[in-house]
Amino acid sequence: MSRIKDCFARLETAGRKALIPYVTAGDPSPAVTVPLLHAMVEAGADILELGVPFSDPMADGPVIQLACERALSHGTRLLDVLDMVAEFRTTDSQTPIVLMGYLNTVEVLGYANFAARAKAAGVDGILTVDLPPEESDEFVEVMRAAEIDVIYLLAPTTDESRIKSVCEKGSGYVYYVSLKGVTGSAALDVAAVEEKLKQVRRHTDMPLGVGFGIRDDASARAVSQVADGVIVGSVLVNRIAELVAQPEQIPAQVSRIIAGMRAAMDA
Amino acid sequence: MPTKAELAALMQLPDDRGHFGPYGGRFVSETLIGALQELESTYESLWRDPEFQAEFDKDLAHYVGRPSPLYHAERLSRENGGAQIYLKREDLNHTGAHKVNNTIGQALIAKKMGKPRVIAETGAGQHGVASATVAARLGLECVVYMGIEDVRRQALNVYRMKLLGATVVPVESGTRTLKDAMNEAMRDWVTNVDSTYYIIGTAAGPHPYPKLVRDFQSIIGREARQQSLDQIGRLPDALVACVGGGSNAIGLFHPFIEDADVRMYGVEAGGYGIETGQHAAPLSAGRPGVLHGNRTYLMEDDAGQILGTHSVSAGLDYPGVGPEHAWLKDAGRAEYVDATDEEALAAFRTLTKVEGIMPALESSHAVAYALKLARTMRKDQIIVVNLSGRGDKDIHTVASLDGIDV
Ligand SMILES: Cc1ncc(COP(=O)(O)O)c(C=O)c1O
Repeated sequence: MSRIKDCFARLETAGRKALIPYVTAGDPSPAVTVPLLHAMVEAGADILELGVPFSDPMADGPVIQLACERALSHGTRLLDVLDMVAEFRTTDSQTPIVLMGYLNTVEVLGYANFAARAKAAGVDGILTVDLPPEESDEFVEVMRAAEIDVIYLLAPTTDESRIKSVCEKGSGYVYYVSLKGVTGSAALDVAAVEEKLKQVRRHTDMPLGVGFGIRDDASARAVSQVADGVIVGSVLVNRIAELVAQPEQIPAQVSRIIAGMRAAMDA
Repeated sequence: MPTKAELAALMQLPDDRGHFGPYGGRFVSETLIGALQELESTYESLWRDPEFQAEFDKDLAHYVGRPSPLYHAERLSRENGGAQIYLKREDLNHTGAHKVNNTIGQALIAKKMGKPRVIAETGAGQHGVASATVAARLGLECVVYMGIEDVRRQALNVYRMKLLGATVVPVESGTRTLKDAMNEAMRDWVTNVDSTYYIIGTAAGPHPYPKLVRDFQSIIGREARQQSLDQIGRLPDALVACVGGGSNAIGLFHPFIEDADVRMYGVEAGGYGIETGQHAAPLSAGRPGVLHGNRTYLMEDDAGQILGTHSVSAGLDYPGVGPEHAWLKDAGRAEYVDATDEEALAAFRTLTKVEGIMPALESSHAVAYALKLARTMRKDQIIVVNLSGRGDKDIHTVASLDGIDV
């Protein structure tokens, strides 16, 4: 069984929801990332979304744009990110890792080359923000062959027929974008999310994760009551940004946010 | 040169998913798909609607001032030697560049879709000015994103946009030029998708933009083709246009695609010289990748990060190019070459002095290459150059290179 499936199965048995933090690899410097990933798992993260820095993160708000710029200032490339995953795997063989980024960094490596290297490093899934299902036949085929889940986004604006095709093409989990906007945008309407998730459920048995707009314990808890997974990013990346001058504090400080959300979700 | 059947097939592109061969497509986040689908279906029905066509034609005639002349630059041709150079005078359009052909069309779509707010990205500021202009006329709110580097280089256009009632938002992220302005405009659009229409300024971006921008700009080539037949009695031997994102070039080229004897030259910004890496010439020196919603030639490093570009002209300072040009290159229908900053500046001065026409620095790249090309051709041969815009906006840049503060 894949690590992602396995993870959701265990959570279901335990009656808990997945907490899925996002951080950008190499932010603010490459040495921080692996200890940070371990610390987040320790604090209660179930799945890790690891951002691959890109020069033009079109779908991201200022917080993650700046994270990409910090990571790129140290030259963090996709192959370096795979090295970080491999290093993480030397002491954690269980926690799923999903890479999140933009297509072009994968495209230069070639799909098959990327898939082989990613699998070997211990990557479980990939979410390429700018690769919708219509353009991804070959991509999905290659990733499937390497047993890497391809995770897609669904949005409030996604209509029924596209929900269906996204659910057919994707595997691992579905990432529902809770609001119209870029990452780091403000308010989230839990009732509207719940309504849309009901519609999605009619088309898939995959776990449904919700991201964008989750910024504190209360919103994490509220979303966990209507979804299978809570994805949190900008709040964590913001904390990292505040600690650029004291990088040794990053794992503990970010973990504190995770622990708070974990407790709120499990309460 | 492709066969007749292959040329006919090129004319039919893009396919219904926006592909030009392997290029183009719709590579955007799910959050934008719905808006692009809505735009595509609205556009397809409007473009076939005679009433919409009549409205568009009327605006082009009475607001833009079309048709623009095809001018035989006799003195320039004589002094340069070789082929006769004709200038397609897009610089005489209202607002001073070809950009307005497209903004008129897209603003009409925005109006039909009932969107009260339009946004645009701009490099040289010409597209921003053209967007602010049509927004003023239609009473739409207008926000223009512009890299802070370009805000500095194109101060005159920034003030023009403000006078027209637009809000200019300086973009400080990334390389602070056109590509970053486009990122920022996309982010605005995702966030305000219900109220907002995004007027993309070039024949690039996710489907259907490359197609619809081309369709609106093709008026340039349709006129030039007919004017050649009327004024010269035959088609030209060569077409030359500068290529930033590629809208003025595709507008000129497209109606000539099946005229196999007409050669097409797209001129990219060679900056300090291709060999220096400091340029904006993805077709000449880049490779295929995915950026801003389409697959096309890009300037990128070997990790797939988009590279900073350099050109003396803000409107060409872009690391990508419209997907149709990528395919015309691979298919062997058009050739892509470059002109350096220095060559463009020299052509700017030459055309100004010899013909009394001051070209935009973008268009000066096309003029520079045309002068070179003409010298390799016979006197009875004909080159049509797209003079995409006028140079008033660039006087500051040229003056400061002369050490003069105007
Ligand atoms: C006068 C002029 N020509 C050309 C361009 C380049 O754009 P495109 O390649 O889309 O024609 C610009 C862009 O700002 C421009 O202002």
